[in-house]
This record gives sequence, structure tokens and C-alpha cells, in this order.
Amino acid sequence: MGWSRIEMAQKAAQDIPDGSYVNLGIGIPELVADHVPAGIEVIYHTENGLLGMGPVPDEANRDIELINAGKKYVTAIPGACYFHHADSFTMIRGGHLDISVLGALQVSKNGDLANWSTGKPGAIPAVGGAMDLVAGVKNVWVITDHVSKDGQMKLVNNCAFPLTGKGIVDRVYSNLAIIEISDEGLKVRELAPGVSFDYLQEQSEPKLIQ
Amino acid sequence: MINKLVKSDAEAVSDIFDGATVMIGGFGEAGSPIELIHRLIDRGAKDLTVVSNNTGSGNVGLAALIENRQVRKMICSFPRTAGSVVFPELYRAGEIELELVPQGTLAERIRAGGAGIPAFFTPSSVNTPLADGKETRDFNGQTYVMEYGIRADFSLVKCHTADRYGNLTYHRTARNFGPIMCTAAETTIVQAKHIVEPGAIDPEVVVTPGIFVNRVVHIADPAHESILVANQERYPS
Repeated sequence: MGWSRIEMAQKAAQDIPDGSYVNLGIGIPELVADHVPAGIEVIYHTENGLLGMGPVPDEANRDIELINAGKKYVTAIPGACYFHHADSFTMIRGGHLDISVLGALQVSKNGDLANWSTGKPGAIPAVGGAMDLVAGVKNVWVITDHVSKDGQMKLVNNCAFPLTGKGIVDRVYSNLAIIEISDEGLKVRELAPGVSFDYLQEQSEPKLIQ
Repeated sequence: MINKLVKSDAEAVSDIFDGATVMIGGFGEAGSPIELIHRLIDRGAKDLTVVSNNTGSGNVGLAALIENRQVRKMICSFPRTAGSVVFPELYRAGEIELELVPQGTLAERIRAGGAGIPAFFTPSSVNTPLADGKETRDFNGQTYVMEYGIRADFSLVKCHTADRYGNLTYHRTARNFGPIMCTAAETTIVQAKHIVEPGAIDPEVVVTPGIFVNRVVHIADPAHESILVANQERYPS
């Protein structure tokens, strides 16, 4: 029942319009790049200063000075460009990127996102570029398991974890469904195979619209 | 005659003083000026406030500077990189301060500092704990938080090619914070893999104009942090 991580990434990839500039977060969002349909041209931005990020290189072609935001080795496509951090975040904060795909700890019914800290004592807080991405990118998509590994709902009325941003998530791709978030509420766009609306509602704290 | 080239990395950092604010370039190991950091460890200046995106990995470079108890406070966006052990331990023990800043706000604070802009408003971090206690203002119906520009006493930056005027180019994603940090310090100190004659860098491709740079030292074969970490090396050894 439900979608695998790869299928979740495929679902998001199929929704990216041709010609989009896209920033992919660390984790499942990174898989999106592998599943963009043929004939669609997407330019990937990585916050550490590269527009036109290409696939992971083989070992012989690694460069420790060519990495992505997750500090993994990447390549640059023909037509790529490098820039410094203030320019990179001008792209992010100035509204120049079309889509940001992020992971989540919690998403609330009005589109609040918590994805940077559990707020637990002893945890080392680290935010990176997440708050800038959600504040500045036109469309914010979240890819996440619908329920956490320890069985806690991730789609909630109000986020208990510290917020990354308020009212900024436009769409959630979970292993159970694709859900659009708007002023009307949480609308289910597609259910994963074998998932009923009633089951999805049981796994979600806010009231969903069928 | 203008000649910003200095003879050694030790000489380049020889006036970094106790209590200084030091910007250190790099995103992870890409662009981290590891030789300059090691000479700063040799020098021993302490009570430093360090502005850098991360806190280093293993027991070399920035992590070693922290481990050597020279850093009183870190201003950064992501203090726990893979392989980062030194900072988390000291932070949990309450022995180092952390000012956590969203990465774009960090970049803009440095850019603003370099441009003589004391403060600015941004939507990043509004309604989050990182905006707590900060002044906010509404523009066109949206709330923004005020953030201050940062200036440093010193910036330590790694580049690819430099000339004696201090004109710089960088290599791939090692550019990251380097160009903005060069603008924001009283004294900007750069390690360059290649030194060329003035004019050899096409003026159209200069990334950091030499006016922002005070000292350049030639480090032809810089160490790779990830290789030192994989070999479990420490500094000082």
C-alpha cells in the first residue's frame, strides 16, 4: 500500500513544468532529479553556488570543490554557472526560483512547515538555507512520509516543532497521497494505490477535503 | 608599488589578535582555507568570534581551531556537518556560544557589512524562533525581520588564482562565501593556489576585485580536509 520513496519523487518530478528553476533539499527531494520525464528541461540550483547542477559523478571525476548543499559530489551541466553566496540567496530570496522541494518533520493545516529542529535538549540546532527557501521561492513542495518512523502524525493542526516558515507549503507528496494546501484547506489531489480517503484521514490530524 | 603578496602563511596571519572577529570562507571543505586556519592555530589568538557557514569536520581545519579552545563564539547556519564532532561536544557542554543564522541571512549580513549597510529587513525566519526578540516591520502587508550587517577584523579566504593587486578567481563551488567575506573585513587574507602577473586574469572574469584584498599568500598544494579526516589526522598533530 502507498508509494515508495522513489514513487514519491517520481510524482513530484512529473509535476515540474518545463523550463523550471528548482532547488532540491537533502534526502528524498534529491531523488526528484532522477525522474524528470524526457523532453522536460529543468535547471537545478544548489545553494552553495551552482545553477545547472548535474548528476553524481563516478569516482574518477570527483572534485572536492564541486559539491551540493548536502556536501555530496555533483557535476555541472554544459551551460552551468557558479556564483557566490549572496548571489545564490538573491536567487532564492528574490523570488527567482520556481520550485523548492523540501523534507518535513511536520506540516500544519495552514501550510506551516517545521523541518529544522526537534527542539529537544542537547540537539544541535542547524537551519542552513531552509528558512530562506520557504520565504523566497514561489512554490514550496514537501516530500515526506505521511507518518513519522515512531508513528507520529506529520500532517497536524499546529506544528509542535519550531517553525521553518508560516503558511508557506503549497503541496505535500507523501507515501499515501498528494495534498494541495490553499486558503480552502487541505485538498486531496491523488490517493496512492490501496489507500482510501478514510484511511488517509485517520493518518492526518486536520480535516481533509476529498 | 602595490604588492599584496606576503612570503608565508604564518606572516599572513601574524597580527590576528585575541578577541578578534574572523570570517572564514568555505562551505564544508570546499573553499575552506585550511593552511591559514592552521597558522592561526599556531599563532594561538583566542576568544575569537568566528563567522563561517559550518564548524568543520574531524580534528583539522576549523574544527581544530575550535578544539584548541580559540573560539568563544560561532556565527553560522549549519553547525553539524557530517563528521562534525568537536563543536557539538563543546556546545552541549556549554563551552562555546552559537549564533544560529539562516544561511541566506548570513550571506546578506556579510554582504551588507561589506557594503556599508548597517541593517536590512528580510522575510527569512519571520514567525520562527530565530526571529525572537528581533525588530520587525511590515512592508506592503508582509512582515520582515531586521538583521544587522556583520563586519570582521579579519577574513580568511581560499581562492584559485590571484595577482599582486589582490584580484581573485575561484574554483567551482569553492567560491561560496569567499567573495563577500573579502569585502567585509578590515584585513582580508587570501591563500591562492596560483599567483599570476597583473593582466593575466582577464578583467572580465575577475570575481573579487583587488581593492577588497589586503594580503595574498601562495599555497600551491592545499591540503584536502576530507582526506586529512579520512586519515584521522589532527592539528596540531
